[in-house]
Amino acid sequence: MRYSIFSLLGNALTGNRKWQRVWRSPEPKPAYDVVIVGGGGHGLATAYYLAKEHGITNVAVLEKGWLGSGNIGRNTTIVRSNYLLEPNARFYEHSMRLWEGLSQDLNYNVMFSQRGVLNLAHTPGQMDSYAQRGNAMRLHGIDAELLGREEVAKFVPGLDMSRSARFPIEGGLLQPRGGTARHDAVAWGYAYGADSRGVDIIENCEVTGFLREGGAIVGVETSRGIIRAGKVGVAVAGNSSVVLEKAGLNGLPIESHVLQAFVSEPLKPLIDSVVTYGAGHLYISQSDKGGLVFGGDIDGYNSYAQRGNLPIIKHVAAAAVTMFPNLARLRLVRHWGGIMDMSMDGSPIICKGPIEGLYINAGWCYGGFKATPASGWCFASTIANGQAHALNAAFTLERFCQGRVIDERGAGPQPRLH
Amino acid sequence: MSGYRLASGGLIDRSRPLSFTFDGKRYQGFAGDSLASALLANGVELYGRSFKYHRPRGLFSAGVEEPNALVTLRSGARSEPNCKAPVVELFEGLEARSQNRWPSLGLDVMAVNGLAGPLLSAGFYYKTFMGPTRKAWMLYEHFIRKAAGMGAGTLLADPDRYEDMNAFADVLIAGAGPAGLMAALAAAGSGARVILADEQAEMGGSLLGSGLPVGEVGGEVGGDAWCRSALAVLAALPNVTLLPRTTVYGYYDDNAFGAVERVADHLAAPPEGAPRQRHWTIRAQRLVIAAGAIERPLVFADNDRPGVMLADAARVYIERYGVAPGRRVALFANHDGAYRTLHALAAADVPVVAVIDPRRSIGTAARAAAEAAGAELLTGHVVTRALGGRRLTGIELAAYDPDAGVKGPAARTLAVDCLAVSGGWTPTIHLASQASGPARWDDTLAAFLPGEPAQPWIAAGACNGEMATAACLAAGARAGAEAARACGFSPSPVSIPAVTEQLVCDGILPLWDARLPKGGGKAFVDLQHDVTASDVSLAHREGFRSVEHLKRYTTLGMATDQGKTSNMAGLALMAHERGLTIPEVGTTRFRPPYTPVSLGALAGQARGAHFRPLRRTPLHDWHVAEGADMMEVGLWQRPRVYRREGESVEQAYIREARQVRESVGIVDVSTLGKIDVQGPDAAEFLNRVYSNGFLKLPEGKARYGLMLREDGFLWDDGTTWRLGEHRFLMTTTTANAAPVLAQLEFLLAAVWPELKVAVTSVTEQWAAMAVSGPRTRDVLAAVLDDIDMTNAAFPFMGVRAGHLDGIPVIVARLSFSGELAYEVYCGAHSGEAVWRKILAAGRDHDIVAYGLEALGTLRIEKGHVAGPELDGRTTAEDLGLAAMTSRKKDYIGSAMLDREGLTEPKRLKLVGFVSRDGQPVRSGSHLVSADDSESPPRSLGHVTSSTYSPALEKYIALGLLEDGRERIGQELIASYPLKGHRVEVEVVSSHFFDPEGSRMHV
Amino acid sequence: MLIPCPHCGPRDVSEFTYGGDATKERPDPGSTSAAEWCDYVFARENPRGPHLEYWHHTQGCRLWLKVRRNTATHTIESAEVVGPWAGAEERRRDKGQDVA
Repeated sequence: MRYSIFSLLGNALTGNRKWQRVWRSPEPKPAYDVVIVGGGGHGLATAYYLAKEHGITNVAVLEKGWLGSGNIGRNTTIVRSNYLLEPNARFYEHSMRLWEGLSQDLNYNVMFSQRGVLNLAHTPGQMDSYAQRGNAMRLHGIDAELLGREEVAKFVPGLDMSRSARFPIEGGLLQPRGGTARHDAVAWGYAYGADSRGVDIIENCEVTGFLREGGAIVGVETSRGIIRAGKVGVAVAGNSSVVLEKAGLNGLPIESHVLQAFVSEPLKPLIDSVVTYGAGHLYISQSDKGGLVFGGDIDGYNSYAQRGNLPIIKHVAAAAVTMFPNLARLRLVRHWGGIMDMSMDGSPIICKGPIEGLYINAGWCYGGFKATPASGWCFASTIANGQAHALNAAFTLERFCQGRVIDERGAGPQPRLH
Repeated sequence: MSGYRLASGGLIDRSRPLSFTFDGKRYQGFAGDSLASALLANGVELYGRSFKYHRPRGLFSAGVEEPNALVTLRSGARSEPNCKAPVVELFEGLEARSQNRWPSLGLDVMAVNGLAGPLLSAGFYYKTFMGPTRKAWMLYEHFIRKAAGMGAGTLLADPDRYEDMNAFADVLIAGAGPAGLMAALAAAGSGARVILADEQAEMGGSLLGSGLPVGEVGGEVGGDAWCRSALAVLAALPNVTLLPRTTVYGYYDDNAFGAVERVADHLAAPPEGAPRQRHWTIRAQRLVIAAGAIERPLVFADNDRPGVMLADAARVYIERYGVAPGRRVALFANHDGAYRTLHALAAADVPVVAVIDPRRSIGTAARAAAEAAGAELLTGHVVTRALGGRRLTGIELAAYDPDAGVKGPAARTLAVDCLAVSGGWTPTIHLASQASGPARWDDTLAAFLPGEPAQPWIAAGACNGEMATAACLAAGARAGAEAARACGFSPSPVSIPAVTEQLVCDGILPLWDARLPKGGGKAFVDLQHDVTASDVSLAHREGFRSVEHLKRYTTLGMATDQGKTSNMAGLALMAHERGLTIPEVGTTRFRPPYTPVSLGALAGQARGAHFRPLRRTPLHDWHVAEGADMMEVGLWQRPRVYRREGESVEQAYIREARQVRESVGIVDVSTLGKIDVQGPDAAEFLNRVYSNGFLKLPEGKARYGLMLREDGFLWDDGTTWRLGEHRFLMTTTTANAAPVLAQLEFLLAAVWPELKVAVTSVTEQWAAMAVSGPRTRDVLAAVLDDIDMTNAAFPFMGVRAGHLDGIPVIVARLSFSGELAYEVYCGAHSGEAVWRKILAAGRDHDIVAYGLEALGTLRIEKGHVAGPELDGRTTAEDLGLAAMTSRKKDYIGSAMLDREGLTEPKRLKLVGFVSRDGQPVRSGSHLVSADDSESPPRSLGHVTSSTYSPALEKYIALGLLEDGRERIGQELIASYPLKGHRVEVEVVSSHFFDPEGSRMHV
Repeated sequence: MLIPCPHCGPRDVSEFTYGGDATKERPDPGSTSAAEWCDYVFARENPRGPHLEYWHHTQGCRLWLKVRRNTATHTIESAEVVGPWAGAEERRRDKGQDVA
């Protein structure tokens, strides 16, 4: 059923009784051309683009729990492409362009809202490094603006702009096309799009092992039986090490860390854009429902528990009220944790795996949400063609040993610092 | 609902009237009132508008579960949206405003949304607003955002203060109702350190204002009196801390708890010196959860009409606040416990029209209560619809069969202005579920109970399914004793008072849907988020069937009350749709906080100026007194320039740098990391840590060293001085001082434990200043007592200990500026004295104090690398320092230095740039080809550091450039598209000034 | 999270800095292949469950610890001092008993 204001009106008149499932709930078939492990944003997007761009529709997406139960539904919904290094800039800008037409493409409103993403700077040195990044973006054809103090104050009311602030605001780097999207809707929209093109989305189906024949992966063992596949793509960021270990891949350049996110009570519009603090790790925006959505640094230790601890919670709140002293009386209504694949250089891995038939999509650190469209698009291309697309050619597993890391922060092989 | 104040009763103080306003209208209440009870007593019926349909809403509960009566408190900078009226303590002058309505609460134009109800069904926004253009959503969104949200925030800074407190206890008890109080008595008697926290101003929970007879030695007293005597006992014990107005909101690892104490929220403003709220981080060996239970409503058409209220809330308003909830009341309940409200109504002489109960038979005591209240008892019936608009005017009833459900059509209509509803109780398992396995289903209560503990907590009372007061008391005593025992104490038995109690939550008949099979009207599941029973069906129809999908698709349970009254009905309706039982469908995970927590409380004191520590060098006061422009570097405050009257920053640094080259200058370098390295293996250790050789560094000499990361990339640089055979002083960059020390400690602990070396930070022990310029020797010779400053006696890179006008110092002949230069180190406490003495000695030599900008100018002129070049992505080879990476030894980073990615020719290399057109070359510019054929042109590299060079009288810069060294002599453009700047530059060697280094060797 | 520092006693996680996988042993630079170095620097088992890991008591005694912690539950089984100071607490206690 195609969604539009007319279908809404029509259904409203018949008591909303004729709506169909957004995606079917099929029994798994014995074999598929491609099996995608992981029914999160990246896995669903991969299935969608396999069908749409490559005509490969005999595809199953296997999800161990409910669709979208991983990081696609636990993030702070920020979309941006403000990267310094060329492989990242090109990849995330491709993602941005897909975001810009995604609702229409999927016929599902993912509420992509280009409210602008502003990174605050607090010292002349920070302004210089933002300038380096902003100039790089402009040279890559990506929008960027360097704002001075007055422009920042005008763009984001409520900030502590005083000169006597602990970290006075000197200016900031703005990407006007950056913004937010409704995270759950991205999962549902891709599921809707993939399903309507024939992809089987199978929930409550946990992969327990990989089928191997003659050194190649030819399918998966699941809690719902054996499913054979021409190719298997794994997109389970947060749990990449655990799942790929079942395929015999040990020692990925990844640590799993917990990242907490926070939402406040709903308010009338107060913060119109996405703002990040430059003197502590904090990013904040306001959802359409009115809640302030914010996050900070990872807790900083390996974890698979989807919850964090008080020191980071308090620190994030302190950064929020230091940046916006008007937020102190507002209340946090919920906080939760998600598990991140923190890679050794802070950049992702999208590649053909070292075992025939296996494809890997991992290492998203905490930037996976904004990457969803391009990640699916590139992973689909890599799976369909058996080799990486130019856009993800740099995101290999081998780059670490080769010394071709893509290290935006220059932090080196310490995942907790990326 | 036409509530009114009863002539007597309740815990309010009728001798202390308080005046307050709601939406500008002045009302009166009494001390002890909540905002809700005071408004109810004044006959206020309309409290707010709902989230989506803007339906009129009344008071629904008497606690934190309130979904409807949300108000904005106070005004201006202290304005606080979304406050739940039942938990706002009344104070003199309180100012409250209704929310989410325009122009007024009575007339809200957005109520038109209600007419479009079917169109605005769950998730409707995902199906539309996608055209006509891609950008159209932003336009729709603008209006949607304005319509959404509840209360409004402010742009004014919060003037109040918040405090942090850390506390340690053997036993923390969350909740001071009957179970919590007994637990405290039982645990405290053993000597265990007990903290008892309760969210209300008065402890006692369900006993507050209750006339329930509770036994005590010497006879029976009311529950309220018993709880006061128990509190008196506890207050007198030194090992007990009572924390009223304190909510334990979160359960974290290793029994750490977050709690917020509302110190001054019950006052117009915090008293002088007091915080508004205090955040407690509590560590307790055992947690006793005595959090009680929350009553749940029933689902029928238009069940949100103002006047429909939870049954126990109706009782609480009468018994605790002395307020009647209406003038013609009906009770709609499916268990005996709710009949307690009838006692209260009868005692207050409030007419009870009818009792509607879906059960065929009810308990004897319940029947008696209905009779005593003079109510018509309609068993086997349900309320199918509430009538009225902005106030409840009546209810429609229908017969009900437990097997067949509601039997339509509506049988009759009753005129009432208040309907007390109770669908049973939901144990408050939030805290427990934050630290336990899946919740357990209990059929008798039709509710979830805490799961298997994953951390050491004990649940007692209603939150554990023990609903009767007697059971709560007994469970509390057991839990308190068990907790104390677990902490190693020997609690003696406490006497458990007997309770004469007849009406408890017994014989419940689960009732999740009391709608007529065919009937209109919205039947709300989540009142605050306007989620209806039809929305649950729609979610099911569209495949959003797991509880998490239900929640996310319909927004059920995601409002400020986090579904405290709505989640169960939502689960039950979904279970019904799916043909499963409720436990098969399961429940969503409870996330902290239990009730919303202010960001100010979480931030505590570590905000604003205290967000991060501020580091000042020993010379800080001098810099400030001299009027330096101070800037933040790491956490340090450092002088940027010492501007003179009328000077710009650029003019100031040019003057300072020029003076250094011409005469002499002094700069504060105390922020450099300083690490004392001692031990017989110290030289060997340094030789493994630095990429260049350190084994043969003689005593009394310093050496510049490079440190790599294990992956072969450059990490840090600095000089290290050999002060003795076994003793070195290492310096690091300001930024890396702490990580370098941690790395050295790691290497000595985990990698080379056999090395006899100790390292310790001495950054803050030393004041350090660099004195540079051709006349430096003359200046220092004048003040140093016992160091021979001649070139022969004190050669370049030499290190000498001695005295400066009697003050012990270490002097090292190092040069960052390229001039004849020395670094003078002295004890931090002598820093300013030494600085002043050097300045005094330099006065005749035209000495100048210079800041970071001039320091940067001087090092750029020399091509020395610093932070912008050491960006974590560069190698020694990239920066022209390959000669410093030894090929003769192993060291950190040596094994991975030659990997293909680190050695390929296309890597960017450090070079210099000179502006050809007199324009400054901005840091952050990118180098692009001078021919304009590409658009946008490809970046060939970027400018890392830039300055005006007084020595060269040109704008110069350092940068990283593709094929850098091969391009020397080429002309490029330094492009800064962010501001549209383009500067023609010539690529040159990074050694701009005195490349032979002749000036520093004189 | 509370880390039982053998020197200082149980202390809050905020006093510590994480140091990652402690099962990795630094290879001998002289006699090790590039692949083994890559493994040491970049490869992590990253298990869900028990994990041996380094923690630095940065704001305490500054000792490096090896901590066995469950990454699924955050439960800590053990913590021991790494390096020359390992066992010092036990030795001191034993010595104290001898004197007594």
